Amino acid sequence: MKQMELWQRGRAMAAALGLAAATLLPVAATAQEEQYMAVPSSRVGPYSAMGTGYYGGIIDYMTYVNMTGGVNGVKLTWSECETEYKADRTVECFQRLLTGPNGQKMVVFDTLGTPGAYAVINEMAKNEVVLAQYGYGRTDAADGTVWPWVFNAASHYWDQIAVQMDFMAKTEGGIEAMRGKKVVHLHIDSAFGREPLPAMRKIAEEWGVDLVEIPVAPPGLEQQSQWLQIRREQPDWVTFWGAGSGMNSTAMTTAARVGFPREKMIYVTFGGAEEDMIPAGDAAIGTNVVANAVPGKTYPLVQEIEKVVYGAGAGNLANPERIGTVYWNRGLGAAVMWVEGLRNAQAIHNKVGKAVTGPEFRDGYEAIKMTPERLKELGVEGMLAPFELSCSKHDGAGLFKVMKWDGKQFQITTDWVGAPDPELIRTMIKESAAKFAAENNMTPRTCP
Amino acid sequence: MLYRQAGTFKTSYAQDQRLLPLRQDRTMMVALLLLAFAVIPFSASAYWLSAILIPWLALSVVAMGQNILMGYAGQLSLGSAGFMAAGAFACYNLMLRVDGLPFVVAVLLSGLIAAAIGIVFGLPSLRVRGLYLAVATLASQFFIVWVIDKFGWFKNYDTSGIITTQDIVMFGHIFASPAETYLVVLTFVVALTWLAMNMAKGSVGRNWQAVRDMDVAAEVMGLSLLRTKLQAFAISSFYCGVGGALFAFTYLKSVEPAAFDINLSFRILFMVIIGGLGTILGSFLGAGFILLFPVFLNILFHAIFGKAVDATITSALEQVIFGVLIILFMIYEPLGMAKLWQNFLDRMRRWPFRR
Repeated sequence: MKQMELWQRGRAMAAALGLAAATLLPVAATAQEEQYMAVPSSRVGPYSAMGTGYYGGIIDYMTYVNMTGGVNGVKLTWSECETEYKADRTVECFQRLLTGPNGQKMVVFDTLGTPGAYAVINEMAKNEVVLAQYGYGRTDAADGTVWPWVFNAASHYWDQIAVQMDFMAKTEGGIEAMRGKKVVHLHIDSAFGREPLPAMRKIAEEWGVDLVEIPVAPPGLEQQSQWLQIRREQPDWVTFWGAGSGMNSTAMTTAARVGFPREKMIYVTFGGAEEDMIPAGDAAIGTNVVANAVPGKTYPLVQEIEKVVYGAGAGNLANPERIGTVYWNRGLGAAVMWVEGLRNAQAIHNKVGKAVTGPEFRDGYEAIKMTPERLKELGVEGMLAPFELSCSKHDGAGLFKVMKWDGKQFQITTDWVGAPDPELIRTMIKESAAKFAAENNMTPRTCP
Repeated sequence: MLYRQAGTFKTSYAQDQRLLPLRQDRTMMVALLLLAFAVIPFSASAYWLSAILIPWLALSVVAMGQNILMGYAGQLSLGSAGFMAAGAFACYNLMLRVDGLPFVVAVLLSGLIAAAIGIVFGLPSLRVRGLYLAVATLASQFFIVWVIDKFGWFKNYDTSGIITTQDIVMFGHIFASPAETYLVVLTFVVALTWLAMNMAKGSVGRNWQAVRDMDVAAEVMGLSLLRTKLQAFAISSFYCGVGGALFAFTYLKSVEPAAFDINLSFRILFMVIIGGLGTILGSFLGAGFILLFPVFLNILFHAIFGKAVDATITSALEQVIFGVLIILFMIYEPLGMAKLWQNFLDRMRRWPFRR
């Protein structure tokens, strides 16, 4: 009796192990009309709302592209891997997703998080994979001479903080009016929260603004002491660099309790989404949020995907009401850039209708020219800002829209705004990139 | 029949004091080392080497440190990730600021630095015990990470506060490929394991176990509690520091202090509890289970369900299953996986007889 049980258990274990092992063995390469993409999603953990929305948008766009003829006939296939938004799982996912089930190597990797991006950034050149940071990650990757394989198509945090300061200046009546004003930078005490500080400090110094930096220890679900400090400081503006729905909504409810006007708060792109605003209830009304991919269902592409993909029951979001939300639209934007990069790569290397390799995709991504006409063709006019990438300039438009939460949805309050002094930001980026290159004995490549 | 004590004749003191007195144990160890050094680097894929084996080995060292402190010396500690951070950043700074320092020396020195910090934070153990000591060691976890975060000098004033570790260069050769990095980590792990086994078996380990079992009696017998407990903290922090440096340099390659947070300390605690407190093998088994099982679950679910089931559901299910397995495991074998192996060896002693 016992022996039978042991046998059965042994067989079941062997089957499970065999199944696990089989997934690690590559299958022989199939026909060339497939392009393998990697999706390192973070569907559980504190940032699951972000991950499910963003990667849902990416997968929905890839499904839409497949349903409408692929990329010049090439169908997209993808594998998912759960990173739980942790750096060590991201490294493991990078290695696991490197080669797809059809034998192709992945061409692009998007970690949706700065810790994950930093963890794999040095593997990109070696493995010939593009790191498509879409609005996050290593800021000085904007200098393409030092980082040929890393891009930031939706701009970075230094441009974003400049736009936020500019919004403050415009509201106050000009840069001269900002002299003597006090701005508090309330941020999560991590690399993400501190990322905009170098640019912010420089701008504050130039404008004569009194900058107060207040960190919040993660997870940031309790901000009473920080907001009491803010009440004592009585700043004119508060920039909020938080992460996770808990922290973001807590800030608004605590601000309401302390009596700080929400109209004077500006949230980072990753801090203000519907999932953060709704739990805060009425306390969220009036908060300003910056967007690099504007939410809404008025864009032709969003409506097309809802009709074609969700109409066929192939949508990735479990809750279709999230179509058109901040994270889903941002995922759409990221995937639009991937596919545009593929199209460019096929055209540049005479491989129309065939799969491309890593270096070819890199060239294609670097050649992205999102003119207003192209944005209109793709159906995202107004949702994304026009921009173009080049050999030395790897950051996107540097343009953002500011929106205000009215209790039910986001109202757009500005058009595309850029940093008031882009040269200053560019100089800082070049310095930082040059320092990195010097420390690691790298010679930057030369650009035409 | 195959695994037995009978037939082992010791004719010298040296033979009696061996680490592995049974010939069968020695044969298994030799086979394992041959597999690890000679077979795996050439036959395993890059994925297995760089994403599975390297982090497992690095964290096994840390788990050994935690096991020395908790399992052998009985001092509850929740500061292991803090000492990992200390080791990782110490190694980075040594390699950055001291020209031409060999990697091995840098790692060992960073272990010593972590050990010095460990002695300081081990002082509460002379006054408090058990859960209260665990809370006191939490201070070390948060303090070390806070110090590294606060003072930009540790991160070389990097604008985003994330350091990129240097290449491993030894004897003029850059150890960059997965197989080479794996061999570097493996050498460290084998050396440290051999050291730990010796300590556990010798008078040092016996002192620790005396303190663990009844420290009042140990003190009455003439053991200096101060020396023994601080020695345990120092050696444990040394292992955690070396493990942290290896984890950062060979796996993560770019580190922010927040990666060594309280969650990692808890994971290491679970590694030694599930692996088996007070055993060296338990450190390896526990590290493997806690680190790799979620990964295998993820691979398995994606292989079985593919695109049929919403990936969010499968990811959430993985976490649920992992938690349930830990609970079941603790119910059926509270002494950990090392005890399972011990049970197996005991059955092997009697085999082919059942009882």
